This record gives sequence, structure tokens and C-alpha cells, in this order.
Amino acid sequence: MSAAAQGTSKAAHGDVAPKKKKGPGALATAYLVIYNVVMTAGWLVIAVGLVRAYLARGSYHGLYYSIEKPLNLVLISGIVPSSVVLTGFQVMSRVFLTWAVTHSVREVQSEDSVLLFVTAWTVTEIIRYSFYTFSLLNHLPYLIKWARYTFFIVLYPMGVSGELLTIYAALPYVQKTGLYSVTLPNKYNFSFDYYSFLILVMISYIPLFPQLYFHMMRQRKKVLGHTDDYSKVE
Amino acid sequence: FSRAAFVEVLDATTKEQLCFLDKVDPHSTIGDIKSLFYKSYPQWYPARQALRLDTRGKSLRDDEILQNLPVGTTATMYFKDLGPQLGWTTVFFAEYIGALLTYLVFFFRVPYIYSHTYALTSSPHPVVTLACVCHTFHYVKRLMETIFVHRFSHGTMPLRTIVKNCAYYWGFSAWLAYYINHPLYTPPSYGELQVKYALFTFAMCEIGNLSIHMSLSNLRTDGFRVRRFPTPTKNPFTWLFFFVSCPNYTYEVGAWLSFTVMTQCLPVAIYTLFGFIQMTIWAKVKHRAYIREFKDYPSVRTAIIPLIL
Repeated sequence: MSAAAQGTSKAAHGDVAPKKKKGPGALATAYLVIYNVVMTAGWLVIAVGLVRAYLARGSYHGLYYSIEKPLNLVLISGIVPSSVVLTGFQVMSRVFLTWAVTHSVREVQSEDSVLLFVTAWTVTEIIRYSFYTFSLLNHLPYLIKWARYTFFIVLYPMGVSGELLTIYAALPYVQKTGLYSVTLPNKYNFSFDYYSFLILVMISYIPLFPQLYFHMMRQRKKVLGHTDDYSKVE
Repeated sequence: FSRAAFVEVLDATTKEQLCFLDKVDPHSTIGDIKSLFYKSYPQWYPARQALRLDTRGKSLRDDEILQNLPVGTTATMYFKDLGPQLGWTTVFFAEYIGALLTYLVFFFRVPYIYSHTYALTSSPHPVVTLACVCHTFHYVKRLMETIFVHRFSHGTMPLRTIVKNCAYYWGFSAWLAYYINHPLYTPPSYGELQVKYALFTFAMCEIGNLSIHMSLSNLRTDGFRVRRFPTPTKNPFTWLFFFVSCPNYTYEVGAWLSFTVMTQCLPVAIYTLFGFIQMTIWAKVKHRAYIREFKDYPSVRTAIIPLIL
């Protein structure tokens, strides 16, 4: 659910674009602009890193390693400014997929599915953060707005596929090694099976993905829709 | 205010007129209006009607009198359907009986929960039986309070909420019962001493919680008209009122903390934490409401934890 969930106005997504009517003061605006520029730059670094590594190696294989560090940095920067409460679903799920799955299970890091979701996130986030930057400066090019509310149509399923395939690829290793799992008996009378947990996570995509996807579709109609109205024939 | 003889009910979203009542007695209450509206729309029994004077305002209370409202000769009200409703008593019964029985299913090790060698056996640890007694007692006490002690200000609760609440209560009950009654359960590290102390504090908190519920119930003996805030009484358990606005929640958290220590079970600790968070939110709301309503509200009181929260 991390891929391309752009433009949702739910506060739960921890985005920093101001939504209140009053708007932030000059200092807050400056901070937000800098933050969004930095985030755009961060994801651009990842994008450039991916392209360069591809050109150097000549294949899609193992590109994760070339952008592992900037990716972690960008994810941390994404969490830190958002409040604990507002750091919503999207940020948490990104962090989960990167650290709790890809980073933790070495064997999946060379999977193509990792590249799939990293690419989807990268393109999404570059567009999203530049959208916020321009919005804050009150100079939003229509192209950026269009891109933000259109690219998700492809990027979202692409990212979700990458995420699901990656989790699926990690399953056998998790089961074999008992990663992050706790068994009985123990002093605190608790158990946790990470393997089952991952399966539950995968299942949860079934109700959640369509909801978010169709929410974005509706947002798209609302934001971009007015251009169609003029061409409507009664 | 003028004497309204006509009442017009519009849909709050579409603003279309749903109903026009004439020859309405100006001394009627909102409850009476709801009954009249119900005659035209039998699918909307009074408990699921919300009537307001403007589309986004607060819903009118059932006991408000028509002629005391700021309306002209024709009172215009907006109707919103609250959805299917259930009485509070029904809600609490479902939640508490469910939690109680779910735990017992695990205590008696109903087949297919644990490995078949353990089906219908009992645990060798006394603390496991004690935990079952405490858990059951806790919910039996809640059921008794629902019948005999609590006085509810609103009659009903939406159906969706009860489904969510039951999932919460039954789910957590199952989760913690699963571990406590598990064949591989490990009794507390400090043995009998830990269990005895925890049992004592559990009992104190249960009595405390009951004392608070009873004193709150006594505040409402004159039918909600005179509003007073709760104060300590002769019962020492109510002296927590010196320090907090909602000692019932304080005691409830205390009881679950005791149960956690008694069973030394992490899922119980997690359940206690969730409960604590939810009750703190409720306590803070109540605390702020008291302060707003009563000018002489004691300033030393905090919401749920003395001197801290």
C-alpha cells in the first residue's frame, strides 16, 4: 500500500502540505518548502542511483544495493518531521517493507520485485514532493498536478505487486530461520510467528488496496475533472 | 419564545421535506415529536432519529420542550438517521458475556484449540485457576453493575459500534486466555508471593471500582436535573476522588495491572495498555467537561492518575 498513494488528503499519510484554510506563517512555509525540496532531492538521488547502476551493470539485477543507503536515509527523514499520530499508514508500511522485510531477509534483496516497488515509490515521491513544494510556493504547474493524479494508475499496482512479490519471496526464509519469532514456553507467556504475520499482511492488501486505489480515482476526478466538464455535451 | 403549532421535518442532507406535523401541542417534548415522526416512517424508530435545529448542530435532547426552543410558529427541524440502535444493556451484555465465555472456552481446553493430548485437561498450576476465577468475577461484576447500578443517559448505541466493541472484548479475551491456559504456560517468576500480592491489589481495585460506580449512580437519583460533580464519601475507596476525576478508570487500570502481574503474561500487559489509553482519553474528556461545568471544581484533581495525568 506504500506505492503511489499520492494525493490522498487523509492526514494519516503524514504529508506536510498545509491543508488548513488559514495556512502556515512565513517561517513555517519556509521550513515546509525546504523540507519538501530536500525530500524531492532525496528521491531524485535514489532515481539517479538506480539509473547509473543499471547503466554500469547492464542489468536490473541487484540494483537495490546501490540505493540502499539513500533509501534508508529518505525513509527516516520521512518519519521524523511527522508527528507520531499523523505518521500514517503509508510511511509505516514503507518502513515495514524496507526494514522488516527487504533489509532483514538478505536473500530477497536481489529479487526483481524489490526493484519494482523501489522504482514505483521513487517516481511517485519525486512527483509528490515537488507537487507540495510548488503548491507551497503558489506556482503549481498543471503538468505536476496532472502527473500526481495520473501516474498512480500504473505506479500503484506496480508498487503493490513489487511489495507482495517481495514479501512472498521472503516467506520461506522467515519460516526456516524463525526470524522475529518467539515461541512458547517463555517467561512472559507470549508467542509471535512472523511467518503467519507476513501472510496476514499480504491478505490485508486485498481489502485495503482497492479502497485506496478508488479513493485516488475519486480524487483524480475531483481535482482534474473540471477540465472535462467544458467538453460535456448535454 | 413563540408558541409553535406546526413542525416541519427536513432531511439534513437533501433538505427535502419528510414530514409536516400540524396541531402540535407546544408543550410537547422532542421525544413526542419523534414518536409522531415514527408514525409516518415506521422504519425509523425514535431511538435512531436525530433531530436538530440546523443541519450541523447538536442533536436535540428528547426531554426538550418545543415551546422553549428558539423557533417561530413553524418549527423546522433536520432529521438524521443514526442507523440501527441497540440498548446499552444489550450492548454490555453482549460484550461481557462474550468475553466471559470466550475465556472459559480456553480454560476448559475445548478440543482443537491446543494439541489433542491436552484437550479437556486442566492446568497443574493453581495460578491458572485463580486467574480464571478473577477474570470471570471481573465480568460477572460488570454484568451485575449493568443491571443494578448504572444509569444510562442515552438510551442506545449504534449497531456498528457494538460489532466493533464485541470484536475487541471477545478478541482480546481469547488472546490472553489462550496463553494463560496454554499447556506450556510458565507461572510467575516470584511464585506464590507474586500471585498473592497481585490478587490482593486486584481485589482492592475491584472493590474500589464498584464503590465509585455506586457513588456515581447515587449522583443521578433525582433524574438528571440537578447537576453535581462526584465527591469523596465515607467509603475510603471513594477518597481517590480527592485526586482524580475518574477514579473508576484508575481502579480499572489497577485491576488489569494486577492481573498482568498475577499471570505474568505479555498479552495481558498489552491489553492493559490499550485499555489504559482508551480510558485516559475518556477520563480527559470527562475531566474537561467537569471543569467547564462547575466553577468550584477542585483544581488539585487530575483526570486519571493522581498528580500526573
